[in-house]
Amino acid sequence: MAVSSTQEKSYTERMQRINGAIELRQPDRVPIFLAFGLFPARYAGMTYEEAFFNLDGWLSANQKAIGDFEPDLYFQPGAAVITGGAVHETLQNRQLRLPGRELPPDVSFQFVEGEYMTAEEYDAFLTDPSDFAIRTYLPRVFGALEGLGYLPTLKSMVMGYAGAALSAMLSLPPIAAALDTLARAGEEAMRWTAGYMEFEKRMDALGFPAFSSSVTLAPFDLISDMLRGMRGAMLDMYRCPDKLIAAQEMLLPTLVDAPVLQAQMSGNPRVFIPLHRGADGFMSVEQFERFYWPGFRDLVLALIDAGLTPCPFFEGTYDQRLQYLRQFPPGKVAGIFDRSDLFKAKEIIGDVMCISGDMPLSLLQTGTPEQVREYAKKLIDVVGKGGGFIMNSNTVLDEADPGLLRVWVDFTREYGVYA
Amino acid sequence: MGNGLSDAIIGMREDEVLQIATRMLDGGTDPMEIISLCRGAMEVIGGGFEAGEYFLPDLIMSGEILSRIAEMVKPRIGEEAATLKLGKVLIGTVAGDIHDIGKNIVVFMLDAGGFDVHDLGVDVSPQAFVDRISELEPDIVGLSCLLTIAYEAMRKTVQAIVDAGLRDKVRIMVGGGTVDEQVRGYVGADGFGADAVAAVSLAKGWMGR
Repeated sequence: MAVSSTQEKSYTERMQRINGAIELRQPDRVPIFLAFGLFPARYAGMTYEEAFFNLDGWLSANQKAIGDFEPDLYFQPGAAVITGGAVHETLQNRQLRLPGRELPPDVSFQFVEGEYMTAEEYDAFLTDPSDFAIRTYLPRVFGALEGLGYLPTLKSMVMGYAGAALSAMLSLPPIAAALDTLARAGEEAMRWTAGYMEFEKRMDALGFPAFSSSVTLAPFDLISDMLRGMRGAMLDMYRCPDKLIAAQEMLLPTLVDAPVLQAQMSGNPRVFIPLHRGADGFMSVEQFERFYWPGFRDLVLALIDAGLTPCPFFEGTYDQRLQYLRQFPPGKVAGIFDRSDLFKAKEIIGDVMCISGDMPLSLLQTGTPEQVREYAKKLIDVVGKGGGFIMNSNTVLDEADPGLLRVWVDFTREYGVYA
Repeated sequence: MGNGLSDAIIGMREDEVLQIATRMLDGGTDPMEIISLCRGAMEVIGGGFEAGEYFLPDLIMSGEILSRIAEMVKPRIGEEAATLKLGKVLIGTVAGDIHDIGKNIVVFMLDAGGFDVHDLGVDVSPQAFVDRISELEPDIVGLSCLLTIAYEAMRKTVQAIVDAGLRDKVRIMVGGGTVDEQVRGYVGADGFGADAVAAVSLAKGWMGR
């Protein structure tokens, strides 16, 4: 595809606008980030099931939404469908329920939290995390990988030629079946991933930058979401606090290295960090300070050190924790907020981090054009003052009304121009 | 020693709680007195949660401590006395929805408020609700959901209870996320609670307390 000079100019202009806001300067106008989620599917008249299982259809739906609404940043399509449904289906992923499978075709995916690691298993996990992950954790999460539970301990692989006979184990039917499934799931994941990489290049050429190409989790959330479950992790705060903290410290380097590698491959420095259990109401400020904040803070600082731009999504409310965010260096973090009081956030952390989010989905779904314009105006007037602000919704736009989305985007483009 | 037990529960000191409870039982304290001390401590914690002084880890931990005491006490007083409560509540998150944080808080608060609560978990089909209502004969049925698309599942669950001829034997309350009076009317429930405290007041009102 030939890239016109206008398109190249648009890309440069959009990146300057976005980087200006992230660096806390005042760009030419308020940038617009559209966290599409599954919106492009409905907008193009396809079901969520098709979005999860038909790569070409899903990508052209995204191209249509991006082309029609022309955001300064768009939410990468791969994240909305967690790479793609077939990968999870092949692996029999027990942590996900998908549209058109366990769920009706027009319902977004659901995450099934559980206790995939018991409290008694902390020691095994801390001693040899890779062995625990492969032989115990994966067989619990993925039905098709149960055979990996029959593998000999991974340490036995250091025995050189003396241990070569162990490879005979790989022919045991359950292990062979698990490895075969892994290879098939890997091929499927590669097909979708290659599709996204090609898509992002194509959008770049058309002048549209992607929000992010990498994702990571706060250490507490990884343990709470993926290993122990919320109940388990919260009991650990009382019953084995030292192990809970030790596991977070052990996981931190991995949580940094993975997005650094992804960012190197994509060239996109923005790292999405959806936060879950650190919000107001889940735990007390004291518990936050002891169990959540240190791991999250160290993650953000390490990503900044690696030259990346952490973009935490503060889901829920963080009004009681805003002061902590002042510990980050200025102009290096782009925070996305859900229901925190952004007007207060502008006062407390406006000189530290770029602020984005808050435009309520409830308005974009069921409001009137007047209500949408009124709320957007207030955001631009107060939070957008002096720059350091990116217009964005408080959560993914899955069920947003296309007409109201148009009103919101047009109004921001017009009214959000800095004098 | 009673104060010591309450303080230890409120302070979430699990080992100490179990030591004191064992000592009290061995020393001949009436098990019912221990249950009543536990209930008092639960009410303090529940009130503290509403006031923003206690949080989810504390609710979960104290719930865990209390179920361990209940296990200790039960053999000494029999199932009947241990469950002598204000009324029976059957509760669950309706079909298609797997969110349970809000429901679990309501379970905790109803339990602390003196109800015998039976939790069916999440993604509970209308038929599963009907089957358990027939077996358990609860006074109150609680339907929870977070997702707006689950209103339809709530309506179908109430309808299934009607069709099974059980509707006039139970009171039905709904709650969770975006549930309001509008939704209550739509699904055909008897009441809704905006939060866990409202659910307890509603239940107590229905039981004439």
